[in-house]
Amino acid sequence: MAHLLEAKNITKRFGGLTAVDNVSFHVDEGEVVALVGDNGAGKSTLIKIISGVHKPDEGEIFLNGQEIHIDSPIDAISHGIETIYQDLALAENMDVPSNIFLGRERTKKILGFVNVVDYEHMSSESRKVLDRLDIRIPSLKSNIRNLSGGQRQAVAISRSIYWNAKVLIMDEPTAALGISEQKKVLELVSSLRKQGIAIIIISHQMYDVFSVADRIIVMRRGIKAGERLVKDTSTEEIVSLIVGAESVEKRSQ
Amino acid sequence: MAAESTSNGERLKQGAPGGGGFFQTAIGRFSARNWALIFLFIMIVIFSLGSSGFFDIVNFQNIIHLSTGAFLLAAAELLVVITGGIDLSIGYVYGLSSVLGAKVMQILYAGGAGGAGSMPVWQVIALGCLAALSVSILPGLANGVLVTRFRVPPFIATMGMWGICNGITLFLADGFMPVMGAPSEINAIGNSYFLYIDPSKSISFFAKPSYITQANIRSVLRLVPNSLFLSLAVLLVLGFVLGRTRFGKHTYAIGGSMDAAIRSGINVNRHLVMIYVIASFVSGVAGLFNLFQTGIGNYTPSGANYELMAVAAVVIGGASLTGGKGRILGTAVGVLVLAVLENGLQIIGVSAFYRYIGVGVLLTIAVIIDRAFPDLF
Amino acid sequence: MQTETAEKQGTLPELLGRNWIALFIVLLVVFFSVVARSFFSFDTAQLIFFNGTEVFLLAIAELFVIITGGIDLSVGFVMGFATVVSSKLMVACVALGFSPFWSILAASVVTLLIGLVPGLVNGWLVACLRVPAFIATFSMLGVTHGISELLTQGIPTKNLPALAGDIGNGSFFYVAPGGAISFFSRPQVARGQTVLAIIPNMVIFAFLFIFLFAFILGKMKFGRHLYAIGGNIDAAIRSGINVKRDLIKAYVISSLFASLAGLSYVMKYITGKPDAGANMLLEAIAAVVIGGASMAGGSGTVGRTILGALVIAILETGLRIIGMQTFMTYILVGVILILAVIIDQVFPNRNR
Repeated sequence: MAHLLEAKNITKRFGGLTAVDNVSFHVDEGEVVALVGDNGAGKSTLIKIISGVHKPDEGEIFLNGQEIHIDSPIDAISHGIETIYQDLALAENMDVPSNIFLGRERTKKILGFVNVVDYEHMSSESRKVLDRLDIRIPSLKSNIRNLSGGQRQAVAISRSIYWNAKVLIMDEPTAALGISEQKKVLELVSSLRKQGIAIIIISHQMYDVFSVADRIIVMRRGIKAGERLVKDTSTEEIVSLIVGAESVEKRSQ
Repeated sequence: MAAESTSNGERLKQGAPGGGGFFQTAIGRFSARNWALIFLFIMIVIFSLGSSGFFDIVNFQNIIHLSTGAFLLAAAELLVVITGGIDLSIGYVYGLSSVLGAKVMQILYAGGAGGAGSMPVWQVIALGCLAALSVSILPGLANGVLVTRFRVPPFIATMGMWGICNGITLFLADGFMPVMGAPSEINAIGNSYFLYIDPSKSISFFAKPSYITQANIRSVLRLVPNSLFLSLAVLLVLGFVLGRTRFGKHTYAIGGSMDAAIRSGINVNRHLVMIYVIASFVSGVAGLFNLFQTGIGNYTPSGANYELMAVAAVVIGGASLTGGKGRILGTAVGVLVLAVLENGLQIIGVSAFYRYIGVGVLLTIAVIIDRAFPDLF
Repeated sequence: MQTETAEKQGTLPELLGRNWIALFIVLLVVFFSVVARSFFSFDTAQLIFFNGTEVFLLAIAELFVIITGGIDLSVGFVMGFATVVSSKLMVACVALGFSPFWSILAASVVTLLIGLVPGLVNGWLVACLRVPAFIATFSMLGVTHGISELLTQGIPTKNLPALAGDIGNGSFFYVAPGGAISFFSRPQVARGQTVLAIIPNMVIFAFLFIFLFAFILGKMKFGRHLYAIGGNIDAAIRSGINVKRDLIKAYVISSLFASLAGLSYVMKYITGKPDAGANMLLEAIAAVVIGGASMAGGSGTVGRTILGALVIAILETGLRIIGMQTFMTYILVGVILILAVIIDQVFPNRNR
């Protein structure tokens, strides 16, 4: 059976620098794949290719076995590939429903020809999706500015889920969060997996990676340095893949 | 990591130098960096060819003399703009200083001109100056305190101060009349020249030869207006402060990154208050000198937009409204560009109203060049 | 699961802090009524709105741009430009033999169309060339000022059709002493009898547009997108909002309202001059900020902006009635502008 999302032989160069060099990977329904690696290893470039920010120089992307072309972030979204960036891309001056429907507001006609924003509909739909993910936010009408970091993350995730994300890419979801909020976000990731969503997660936190991921892909200097199932590997092995085996050997001598 | 950065600014930076080969050459970079100077030069050439009256020492001195206020206001604005702020009140501090100085002189002078026990003229003038200059510190102090202690955005704080200063000025000017009645000696200071040469007869300093009347003054060669000394003094002092002192370095640091400046131990609040006070004071000096030049206290007419013209000069001179950038020399060039444009258009007989359009076009060009070549300046 | 609690009402001081503007308006009215007995009347209320028409319109012009995080310095001179263009056109149409009514109508429509151009250019400079709004709109200030001066050559336009003044200074309907009502035209009455004029035409004219655009801003997608752009432009871009197009629209609307203010001025004072709106920039921005909008963008509503403009309009007319000169208005607008920002910092969340 074809994978939900599969990238084959992706290469991306910036001038003389090869940021991603012939990398292939896949992710399936209800699977969490962690993408780890040092700064500059090419993780961000790789997900920016999947989410339509960059165009690959070489390689193909398949969704359910069919090749797709992702030329812009909007293309990616229309294929059900949603990305949650570190900055979450929320309008802090607006409330929860307005953010979940940002740029895709529901409208209704009044007087037969004027389209007005249907706030009630947006509000009830927002509540439904938050309930589905078991996210608690005291008042939907409070501006994002007044929410905690974890609640903001939850709103950003709910937005993706509401718009039928099949693949969810999360860039450092727990960075800049308090310990208890980190835990909540990780629980949310687990519950998303149960609902059959494919998740690609970039993280520096080994604890996060080992607590939620099924599979780990290690990037180093633009190439895929290794791929391990979480149940078959250890933190030490992953770290050694990240920093490069030689240096580990040297240290052990 | 550079490969992974995708912010627009980053992309623009990468794109720009590749865009035009010419601008990578030494000459190209020089002309992009000094486009205002080159533009000034081209304007001078065109106006000189276009009319006989433009390329003339008398006219050049005129331009300088009439730009005194613009030089000082632009220098004041530059200080604030470098810190990343903006001061919209300076044009009205200018009017306040001019009117207040005139009012004080008028009252003291009218008290008994030449009468028994009357105050000597120099004392009248000194007290008028003292009043104008000390009061002109206050708006800056208020601006600085509002911006630093009360976290009011500079735009709002100084715009409020614009209203307040304008209101007080109009109150003093009592019914929108220029304030007259200051001693006429002030004109001698404001409008004199350093050197008077009557060909083949005499040379005198600071005052015209006594036998020359106002009617035949044109037969005398007058060189270096006093106003030039004032402009140069202010520009040189501020240029020195900005370029060579710790105070100057801190000013740029605050504009470059407020956080970094705070963390590196600069007393940012005190510094900003001082910047706004200096800006306000320099504007006061400019207003006072306007009184010396014209002999009357002039309130700032509505829509004069002195402060916006100062911003224009500063931006044409290479400063950025986001702060951290800008030099006195560039600002002076910016002022001259606007002044020569106005003067030249008048002399070649094109309606002076085109200058408003010219300012707009130049300003937009300045910013687009600045955007296209972020590393040049 | 969400207990949809109503917005936090907060304590009494918080409530006052958030609604200080309404309280302030009440205090102003009480103050003026005590100082001048004639102040508290229906006529004065109408006069406040009549005198304030341009401030209301320019404040809305400024609001649309400030919500996006920009600023429009050109509104005052775009207004002046509109007064010059419309008055020149009216005179020209009459000279061509059109009836005054059609001349005024045609001139107004054409002026509003021409009035879109400055906004189009501002928006293009800001959205596409990424020129800072301050610079772009200041440039436009210069350009519109220059063109207006060239058109008038320094002489305010005169000899407009008398009908313009009748419309501009007329009211929606009049009540004669007998109780007879006549629309748009003042009935002839005997000397000494007073006719009650109700709702100045220009106020209706202004508020028709203001209500329309309050609806667009508050209820339509485009309005939400403006708030999103002002709140987080990156988020707006990434969520697929056509940011460039919406920004251009915001500046065009600003220009449109400035032109409406110009038309209102021409009809009221039957003259057109470049500096008609020269000293109104302060008032326009002050109205928006007093109305609780942040210069950083993302907040502000038409309703609150109108309240902000109302403060200024009450001050202007009130001070005139109690015999204080213009200078007091400048000082008080400046002080209130600064206070508004400080109060809003003490009591955040006043908006939306």
